[in-house]
Amino acid sequence: MASAAEADAQNNAGPSDLDAFREEVREFLAANFPPELRGKSNILSSVEEAGEEGPAEKAWRLAMGEKGWGTPTWPKEYGGGGLTRKQARALEEEMAKVGAWNPIGGMGVMMLGPTLLEFASEEQKHEHIPPICKGEIRWCQGYSEPNAGSDLANLQTMAEDKGDHYLVNGQKTWTSGGQWADKCFCLVRTSRADKHKGISFLLIDMHAPGVEVKPIKMISGMSPFCETFFTDVQVPKENLVGEEGQGWTIGKKLLQHERTNLSGGGALAALNAQPLHKVAERYIGLDESGKLADAELRVRIADFEMRWNAFLLTARRAMEESKAQGGVSEISSILKKAGTKLGQERAELMIEIMGYRGLGWEGEGFEQKELDGTRAWLFGKATTIYGGSTEIQNNIIAKRILGMLDHQ
Amino acid sequence: MAVLNEEQEMLRDMAREWTRNEHPVGAWRKVRDAGQPFDADAWGEMGEMGWAGIIIPEEHGGTDFGWLSLGLVIEELGKSLAASPLVPSALAASAIVLGGSDEQKAEYLPRLATGELIGTLAFDEGPRHTGLKVSTSVHDGRLTGTKAFVHEASRAGLFIVLAQDGVYLVEKGKGISLSKRAMVDMRDHAEIDFNDAPAQKLAAGGDDLAQKILDRARVLTAAEMLGMCQAVFDTTLDYLKQRVQFNQVLSSFQALQHRMADLFTELEMARSAVEGGLQAIDSGFAVSEAAALAKARANDALHLISREGVQLHGGIGMTDEYDVGFFLKRARVLEAAWGSSSHLRDRYAAMKGY
Ligand SMILES: Cc1cc2nc3c(=O)[nH]c(=O)nc-3n(C[C@H](O)[C@H](O)[C@H](O)COP(=O)(O)OP(=O)(O)OC[C@H]3O[C@@H](n4cnc5c(N)ncnc54)[C@H](O)[C@@H]3O)c2cc1C
Repeated sequence: MASAAEADAQNNAGPSDLDAFREEVREFLAANFPPELRGKSNILSSVEEAGEEGPAEKAWRLAMGEKGWGTPTWPKEYGGGGLTRKQARALEEEMAKVGAWNPIGGMGVMMLGPTLLEFASEEQKHEHIPPICKGEIRWCQGYSEPNAGSDLANLQTMAEDKGDHYLVNGQKTWTSGGQWADKCFCLVRTSRADKHKGISFLLIDMHAPGVEVKPIKMISGMSPFCETFFTDVQVPKENLVGEEGQGWTIGKKLLQHERTNLSGGGALAALNAQPLHKVAERYIGLDESGKLADAELRVRIADFEMRWNAFLLTARRAMEESKAQGGVSEISSILKKAGTKLGQERAELMIEIMGYRGLGWEGEGFEQKELDGTRAWLFGKATTIYGGSTEIQNNIIAKRILGMLDHQ
Repeated sequence: MAVLNEEQEMLRDMAREWTRNEHPVGAWRKVRDAGQPFDADAWGEMGEMGWAGIIIPEEHGGTDFGWLSLGLVIEELGKSLAASPLVPSALAASAIVLGGSDEQKAEYLPRLATGELIGTLAFDEGPRHTGLKVSTSVHDGRLTGTKAFVHEASRAGLFIVLAQDGVYLVEKGKGISLSKRAMVDMRDHAEIDFNDAPAQKLAAGGDDLAQKILDRARVLTAAEMLGMCQAVFDTTLDYLKQRVQFNQVLSSFQALQHRMADLFTELEMARSAVEGGLQAIDSGFAVSEAAALAKARANDALHLISREGVQLHGGIGMTDEYDVGFFLKRARVLEAAWGSSSHLRDRYAAMKGY
């Protein structure tokens, strides 16, 4: 992010400064992180369902929000932490040491904030970014429509210019967390003249009259997303980000942030989980020579773990190359499809290892972990569909990276 | 498609029409939402149509049409995920046909043939099928042991139970307790505790009776899975031909055309393997190998097709409102039944002597 690079340049923190910073972090954590929250996770950024915030969670969120450390590298003037990358890494490490987690998250942090920093006006930044840094406002993403999925630019939700406001009519779908969100960053059509240049990026209040959401039940049994209907919704003109017609450019940039997070998120989740071979040892057992008793599955687990490691190495290389080049490395383009595919393979292998115990739905006879695994396996099928499906990623790789153009 | 005789064609057409008109996937959805194990009326109709007696000899009330015929019906039911105890009950009947005394046959087969009595297999004792080694034992005609994840258990009146020294018949009643196991396919599974339950041995089947029953279980399960493969494939193909993105139907993208061509290839090879398994049982030739082949190919084909089915539908494939997710969930349960692919490949190699 540009802001962190600037901060890096201005404040080239040497080792001694960094030590002092670490000390500050440790003191802050000792004073503010409620030990009973150790190892829990951020309910705000849970993909599947929003949990209830207890008093300890709230206190922790407020403390981190006040510091801006939930969004550590964002500029201080908008409520961020204003830290250098090195400091941010030190913060992360110190937090990990005491089992603390970032209570600030969700689509505002992952997607909208970075986009606003790049494209929004000063007034908009001051209005919308601080509540994101404090975790006060939940955002949802209003991109997809019934007839605009992979072909996002086909979106039809209209925003009609009414002088001081836009009048919005149309339907979005698959809106994750729409039923819990306060606001929605939306792609809308301000002109029918051009498919791409008729699109604008608009911030819509989900509590405004004329906004209706209908939760959709998923195969995993939860209802984490909605159909969202806009009927004569009045949206103030100042909620347009960028210019009219610039929505496609802004919206695509936001998708890049989404994809980076999606591949990274999968990687993190699996890192925290038990290695497959440990699970297999428990459910399948070892033979006399100490090998997993199912020889064929043993080989496939090894194959998975090796490819997983290759993926992690690739993710690291992509990061290092991007940093060195000062731009996004080409190999970043394979991370989303590779990471999500491996995540799904892992879930499938897990089921195979556990047999029927990996297929529990509810009730007696299953451990909670096993039941959670079933739901995660099903929910995980979405990861190769949302955020640009695997097929769309492949199209991008083939055309943009490999230069395999259509013959027309 | 195997070459069918007239009787088989009639049976298949009847099953196809019945599932299409009377028992589409929507019927299963109602059963699920009502929290029932299966639709009792539908099971009654299956009984009237004679499906529960297809592999039972005529002298005991069946039609003796054979395994290919039964497989054709099961495949059709698999296409609509019809919840019924037909598969396990037919397997229970086959155990008695293979290993029962004349008295046992006369006692149980006529009621199994009408569907009035429901039977099921209780073999496995853990969450993964690992062969025929069990710890359930029988002393003085009383059977004790715990059987895991028994299919269609709650309405079964007759259990075919694998014990250390052979296969036994146990009627529902004294010494049996069931606890429900709610799995992702929302079907009727339970753990069963047998505690000194009165048991009669199926003594006429020879030493390899359990293996023969297991072979049949694999093939029949594979037939259900074949129907599921076909249904998901057909639905997905239809969807790709209708759904428009980028001003063209999705089916016009070559990347997706090739994916469907691959699925079609897997599906057709699974079909041959399953039909081969059914015919092997009818002819009695190399049944174990054919059964391992049928189930392994059905496992892998359904694994792939059910996964791709969701993916190729995009967001709508992730919803409970749409049917394709039901197939994914049932698929994994059946993949685990009577041997995962890795178990079957290992067994296949062992049978071939390497
Ligand atoms: C759990 C979940 C959460 C979501 N959350 C949000 C959200 O918060 N906000 C939001 O706006 N959207 C959200 N989405 C929507 C998501 O972005 C879309 O589902 C996605 O863009 C795919 O669109 P579609 O569902 O219409 O599928 P389609 O575009 O109809 O695609 C169907 C299939 O065809 C393939 N395909 C399409 N075009 C091509 C092509 N040119 N070449 C080859 N293959 C192709 C696709 O890859 C897919 O396999 C969510 C989706 C899911 C499943």
